[in-house]
Order: sequence, then structure tokens, then C-alpha cells
Amino acid sequence: MTCLEALQSYAFRSIGFGERALPQGDITICEQVVLIGSGMLWNIYLGTLALLFGFFFAVALAVAKASPRLLIRKPAEWFIFLFRGSPLFIQFFMAYEAFVLLPRIGYEFELFGVAIEAETRWFARAWLGALIVLFCNTSAYAGEIFYGALRSVPRGDLEAADAYGLSGWKKFRRITFPTTMRLAWPAYTNEAIFLFQSTALVFFSSFPAFQQRGDALYYASYFAERTFNPFIPYPIVGVYFILLVLLVIAIFGAINRRLNRHLPQDKRPRLRIRPNLIR
Amino acid sequence: MFSFCEDPSTLDTFQWFSCYLTNGVHLLFYQSFLVVFALLAIAAPLSLAFGFLAATASRARIAPLRWIGKGYTAMVRGIPDIVFFLFFVLVLDQGIEYVRHLVTCPDWDEPIRQGANFLVCDAARTPQGTAPQWVHETYNFGLAVFTYALVFGAFCGNVLFGAMNAVPRAQLETAAAYGMSQRQTFWRVLVPQMWIYALPGLSNIWMILIKATPLLFLLGIEDVVYWARELGGSRNSRFAYPHPDWRFWYFLALLVFYLGFTKVSEVVLGRLTRRLSRGQASAAGAAA
Repeated sequence: MTCLEALQSYAFRSIGFGERALPQGDITICEQVVLIGSGMLWNIYLGTLALLFGFFFAVALAVAKASPRLLIRKPAEWFIFLFRGSPLFIQFFMAYEAFVLLPRIGYEFELFGVAIEAETRWFARAWLGALIVLFCNTSAYAGEIFYGALRSVPRGDLEAADAYGLSGWKKFRRITFPTTMRLAWPAYTNEAIFLFQSTALVFFSSFPAFQQRGDALYYASYFAERTFNPFIPYPIVGVYFILLVLLVIAIFGAINRRLNRHLPQDKRPRLRIRPNLIR
Repeated sequence: MFSFCEDPSTLDTFQWFSCYLTNGVHLLFYQSFLVVFALLAIAAPLSLAFGFLAATASRARIAPLRWIGKGYTAMVRGIPDIVFFLFFVLVLDQGIEYVRHLVTCPDWDEPIRQGANFLVCDAARTPQGTAPQWVHETYNFGLAVFTYALVFGAFCGNVLFGAMNAVPRAQLETAAAYGMSQRQTFWRVLVPQMWIYALPGLSNIWMILIKATPLLFLLGIEDVVYWARELGGSRNSRFAYPHPDWRFWYFLALLVFYLGFTKVSEVVLGRLTRRLSRGQASAAGAAA
């Protein structure tokens, strides 16, 4: 099989398009690169959506944790403690077992004129179940980061806002929030990198791969099993992850520059990238 | 365990549970928590030692030594974690066998990589095929501990290197002015003072290490996750203690265990920070 054929058959195999059967017999490097890359689509999907939704929830959590009201502060504190204090690996297992226990109910609803049949079984699939776990996890970690940044907003800034007659939502929107983001961004970049790397754990999380549509490690372990040679597929996964991390750094770096564009050149905080920690 | 446990099917709920939770496999489950503690107890000091060596090497004035130290800590920034964990144990395993193969069977003429298979002579098999089960398990555990120590040693090296640089320069210059040699300055001034700067980073690594212990399961060790999956699965009436799928509850117990463990660590490390801050010229030290 030539490389072009491999690309045609397997580029979108992980989302159900292309060749049905996975490569067998003589497995070429091209097939491995293409199919593992196709699996990376799932890692990107999980990471991106969890990060996107998690961002908003994390801001809410940080504000709640900084609230003087006990009834708002305590749940946020507990949520953050729960997801930061336990291993992600255990969270995955627990969530899967919990979702499997859900009663099987299906109901239909209409979204943008398309009839959709939603079922609780979806929770036991990786695309929803693992996404929820990753979402909660990144929300908790990012919430703690934002909380720390929220507390270190310079007092002078807030007093100036008061002097200008800003209060409530307007003060938050114009003064507190942008400064929080500016302060939190380098740490949040590291969190984003952790998150993308921990999507690799989904493979071990007992969420089954439906019709052999799996993530990068799923295909890598398939190849390692078939060829009895882990020295090719796993480094391929490694290279893909490094590329992904570089992409994340580029995007977050651009946002960091935009957040700090009003500061003089030498006062702009630089991103200090410290990836590759396990949780 | 208890005398009334002989026929579990006749017991009421409380007695049934007191028998169920103390039967043989559950005692194995409780022992597997010791595996977690054993891993932490061995891997933590070992990785601290690796980190110390790496940080010292990174500061060395001999260039090749410095490169080794820097290269090792750069591992922190490079390779993704899980892939490294899965991959490195295998590489280590095959590497040891390969080296022993070269030493013990020099006149072996068949290739070691026969297509898909990795074949070494029988004498180089590690551990020996005839070795008892516990040797195999200990060997696997040893490989896992070594991998943990290596990975977390790189993290520690990064932190300790930063901490050594954070010790005020004036302290080292004063030591030199008193006529201390390089070695004396290092051991008497730099090392005692660096810990307070290293502590925030080291406690972070400790937390991460705790939360990385379930990955032992991926390396094929019979740890808490293995037993939780094993025991939680549904048992039909052929077993002495039939029950439906209880894996959720077992994982809940593990979750609570880890939450408690990280909470205790947090409190202890907080106390340690306050203790080490005493007498330091920092905001926390002045307050104490």
C-alpha cells in the first residue's frame, strides 16, 4: 500500500470514514503514521472542547471561591479539592462505572430542525463520558489558577476602578477579569498542555472504542500488538504529542501577547513552559 | 476471619459485610495499599537523589558533566508522560536482557530480533523462567520504581537547580571571603539554604507523585486499581459472596483514599514550610 493510499483509507478512520478493516499483515510506516494521526483527532477533540467549556466554568469557580458568601464558596472549594486531590486515572474509572450504572433512557428532541435521539448510553462512550471527566478536571485546576490570579490583582487597580465609579459587573468585566487573565495566562498555558497530554489517559480509562474508532494510543497499541515492535508506534505518538504541544504553545503565546499588548516591551511576562507532569 | 463466616448465605447484612470485607482476597486488596506506600517510600528518596545529582551536575564546571545534567532535566520538557512510562519500562526490560545476553552468551550466532520477536539465550532471561512467582513480581515492581524515580528525578533536578540558583549570591561570596573551599561552600552554605526555595516545587512534585501511583496498574503491577477492578466485578451465585457490579464503590473508596492522602500531605508540607522558613530573610521567615 502506498502512502497516498494509506492517507485515503485511514486519514479519517477514527471518526468512521474510509477503510473499514484496520491494516493487517505487512504494516507500513505510512499506515502507522496516518492511522495514529487519525487517532490524534480524538485527542484534539477532547482536549479542545474540555478546555473551551472548562475555561468558562473555571472562571465561575474562581469567582465563587473568592466569594465572601459561605454558601457559594464552599461548593467551589469542594469541587476544586475533589478533582485536584485525586488522580485523573481514578476519576476516569469512577466516572465510567457511574455512567454505566445510569438507567438506559432515550428521548428525542429537535436541534436546529434536525431530530436527534439522545440516550443516556452516550455517557458511557468516550466522546461524552471522557469529555465530562476532562472538563471537570481542567475546570478544577484552572479554577485554582484563576483564583490565585484573582487574589493577586493589584489593589491600586481596584481602587482606581472605584474612583472611576465602576462597580459590580462593569468593574469585573473591565478591570478585574482582564487583569486576572493577564496574570494567570502563563500558568494556564501549562494547564492546557497538561490537559492535552492527559487526553492520552483516555485510552486506559475503560471507555470502550466503538467500532475501532479510537484515539492515538489505541491505534499505537494496536500496531505494537500486531507488529510486536513498540519502537515505532509509541515514538510516533510522542512526536505527534510534541507537535500538538508546540501548536498549543503558539496559540497561547499569541493570546498572551495580545493580553499584554498595552505594557511596555520589557515588562511583558514571558510564558515559562513546564509541560509533562502527570496527574 | 470470624467464626460465623462459614456459610455466608445465611447471614444478615451487617455480618455478611464484616465477613465479605475480611475474606482472603480483600486482605490481598488491603495489602496492595502497601504497594502504593512502598512505591512512594522507595521512589521519592531515589528521585530526590537523582534530582540532586542532576542539579549538581548541571552546575558543574566540567562541560560534559554539565551537558549530562542539563540533558537529563530537559527530559522534563520533552517526552510526553504516559508514552514514556509505557515505553521506558519495555526498553529497560529488553535493554537489561540484551546486555546480559552479550555477557553470558558471547558465542550466540542467531540474530536477537527475529522479525517480530525479541529472542535472547535462556541464560540471559531476566528473571530466569524457572524463578518463583514472587521474583517476577519483585522484578517488575523494581523496574516500575526505577522508571518512576527516573521521571520524577528529572522533575526534582529542575526544581533543585532553580533552588540552588535562588540562594542569595552574597551568602556564597561571604563563604568565599571566610576562606571556605568550593566544596565547603557547597555543603555548608548552599545545600542547607536551598531547601526552603526548593520546598514549594518539591511539595508539588510529591503531590503529583501520589497521583501518579495508579499508573502502576498500566505497568502490570497488582496494585490497588487492579484489585478494585478484580473485586468489584459482579459475582454470580457460584461464588461464596455473590454481588452485582460494585466497581463504582471500590473506585469511590480509592478516590476517598487518595483525597485523604493528598490532604494529609498538604497539611504536613504546610507545617514543614513554616518550620523551614524560620530564621530566613523572607516575609514568611520574618513573621515567624
